[in-house]
Amino acid sequence: MRSMAELLQLKAEIGHKLADAELSQKPKIIVGMGTCGIAAGARDTLEAIREELEKAGVDAALTQTGCIGMCEQEPLVDVQLPGEDRITYGKVTRTDAVRIVREHVLGKTVVAEKAIAAFGEGSREDSRIPTYNDLEFYNKQRRIVLANCGLINPESIEEYIASGGYEACAKALISMTPEEVIAEIKNSGLRGRGGAGFPTGLKWELTRKTPSDKKYVICNADEGDPGAFMDRSLLEGDPHRVIEGMIIAAYAIGANEGYIYVRAEYPLAIRRLQIAIEQAKAYGFIGNDLFGSGFDFDLKIKKGAGAFVCGEETALMASIEGKRGMPRPKPPFPSVSGLWGRPTNINNVETFGNVSYIIKHGAEAYRAVGTEGSAGTKVFALTGKVNRTGLVEVPMGMTLREIIYGIGGGMPEGRELKAVQIGGPSGGCIPEELLDLPIDYESLRQAGAMMGSGGMVVMDSSTCMVDVARFFLKFTQSESCGKCTPCREGTKRMLEILDRICSGEGREGDIELLEELGSHICRTSLCQLGGSAPNPVLSTIKYFRHEYEAHIKDKRCLANVCAGMSGAYVIDQKKCVGCGLCQRVCPTGAITGERRQPHVINEQLCLSCGACAQKCPVHAIAQT
Amino acid sequence: MNCVCGHAQENLDRYFSPLYSILNSYSKAESSLIPILQDAQEHYGYLPQEVLREIAGHLGLSLGKVYGVVTFYSQFHLQPRGRNVIRVCTGTACHVRGGAEVLKAIEKQLGIKAGGTTDDLEFTLETVACIGACGLAPVIMVNDDTHGRLTPEKVGLVLDAYRSKSKAGANTAAPVSRH
Repeated sequence: MRSMAELLQLKAEIGHKLADAELSQKPKIIVGMGTCGIAAGARDTLEAIREELEKAGVDAALTQTGCIGMCEQEPLVDVQLPGEDRITYGKVTRTDAVRIVREHVLGKTVVAEKAIAAFGEGSREDSRIPTYNDLEFYNKQRRIVLANCGLINPESIEEYIASGGYEACAKALISMTPEEVIAEIKNSGLRGRGGAGFPTGLKWELTRKTPSDKKYVICNADEGDPGAFMDRSLLEGDPHRVIEGMIIAAYAIGANEGYIYVRAEYPLAIRRLQIAIEQAKAYGFIGNDLFGSGFDFDLKIKKGAGAFVCGEETALMASIEGKRGMPRPKPPFPSVSGLWGRPTNINNVETFGNVSYIIKHGAEAYRAVGTEGSAGTKVFALTGKVNRTGLVEVPMGMTLREIIYGIGGGMPEGRELKAVQIGGPSGGCIPEELLDLPIDYESLRQAGAMMGSGGMVVMDSSTCMVDVARFFLKFTQSESCGKCTPCREGTKRMLEILDRICSGEGREGDIELLEELGSHICRTSLCQLGGSAPNPVLSTIKYFRHEYEAHIKDKRCLANVCAGMSGAYVIDQKKCVGCGLCQRVCPTGAITGERRQPHVINEQLCLSCGACAQKCPVHAIAQT
Repeated sequence: MNCVCGHAQENLDRYFSPLYSILNSYSKAESSLIPILQDAQEHYGYLPQEVLREIAGHLGLSLGKVYGVVTFYSQFHLQPRGRNVIRVCTGTACHVRGGAEVLKAIEKQLGIKAGGTTDDLEFTLETVACIGACGLAPVIMVNDDTHGRLTPEKVGLVLDAYRSKSKAGANTAAPVSRH
């Protein structure tokens, strides 16, 4: 690849080829084959479609795509007949697949009750099927990073080029100096999407300015936060976008070698990246003298070996070097002394995913999205007790309420939202009353949470906040590398306290002790794993102190989650004779019922004192 | 331990020959250690002491250093493992949607605890922090396949698909009961 003209000519050729395919009257069937899709049974669906097409002797193009974000509807299948709108079907089982092939592909009639949405603006006859723009899940999103996910075949570089791919890379390498590229990224206001939010342009500039004969660029794809899968989806759905961002970064800082560090738990992402790198080499986007600029670049994949702490940049570099992945003190920062002691620039997958858009459309266009301090969009993995789970990309500054109730469709079965956990083990729990908080780096930090990598888990009254805090602390505790004392010993002591609170042996003063320990660990840990480990505990104490108190003082778990904790009492409806004795002894008036009819206990009011059970003449009352 | 068959060296060579081709496909640098360990474990199923000794010698590292790396990363194993590795996700979303019940059901069905391997080396059961398929919680992974939207009732069917053919008839595991 030598010039922009050559790239545009290639794009035109591919465009013709794709248009020819369309004109050939071949129906196109696209199956969502991300990890989520496959887990929901997409392989079976694909097989069923293949068999049915063969049986019918239809010549159709059967291809695949990555995750479009609608996890709830997987497996997803798109059907596009020549000259007609592309239709997306959801929850497609083997049987549905056969039906779709027979009725839609052969019979040219859309299977309306399985269809979720149609692409395009809606010149369709069947008005029962909404367009993507009609869907609340999509029309409130702003897709920059995920623009291609779920639309193009991630294993085809041609489809990426046809969508305008590698044009930003050509523009940067041909018509911009490295300094201009850095200035553009700085002006865009892009900040690190891995969680901490360090300005990306500044990071690049620091690495550029450190003199060295060898520099490195690294993509941190060690996405380890429980509840986060945006990096995996992007790598599986649009790997070339990340690679293009890395090439531009490498050019800007003057690095000739790059590494993508992917966790081993993502085999599909690794395979798609391998394919993408081979293709980029074959087309001349990776190699020597790229676009005639004299700039050489080589890119390698490094597989993680299962250590959460390797998401920390200095630990990650130690791991690439073949050592135990333990963090070291900073400074020196990686921009000065990183991989093998050379200046190194590390960015997260999603950060690189933003780069090509900024170079192509300019810093101004990017800044127009998001808030003043936090430009652009953020991808969140919306999960937990919410109607529409999935991967969503929204402009910074959107409120949690808009995301959960607008895009996510609210809580299932009229359940009540209790808290939203943001940022995984480094983040915190945000209560219902703060749902109107516009999300950006600063607002989340003030609320005691953190952007983290973007996990967003919605919780209702069936979730015990003490148990959630314990869950995250147990995770960070077991992932602590053991190098520094506050993290190694401190988190262990905190976990012991939480364990005893959850098993009904909490003591007076435990809450204060957790707060004190937590703040010390935050301040004195070597790296951010320890530095943010107490956040889930501290934020739940801040907003849900009464739950901790109920566990300690009343030995009660309000959500009935903690085993070993006395749960509410329940009346066996079959045994109850409706005598009303229990109603009379209940100190909180939690028992109601008509005479001679079975009574019920309101578990929110029940103190678990057991008075009712002792009085019951027919032994109909027991603890859950 | 002396071999009595008289083919000790021959057997040893045959045992190590896949390892040597793995070693030769990487540069002789410390940065090759983790990829070599990954490939070796892929072949041998775990990392026996003799294999670690060979790797250390080849890369010019001390056995202690190699052992340090092996024990740091949770992916590496010093004991033999089952033909099928089940990873039960205990991440946030799975936790909220009943992942613990799924784990209990599998433990009951296989008669082993998390971290254990069945006596017939058919299954190894592990828990992982997050598989990254939270939209389908609760989720488990068997080898490289991800299975989502599980219930304690469904796990039996999933596991049966992985039992080797010869063992299928001998499956005497109790069916999972509803709580």
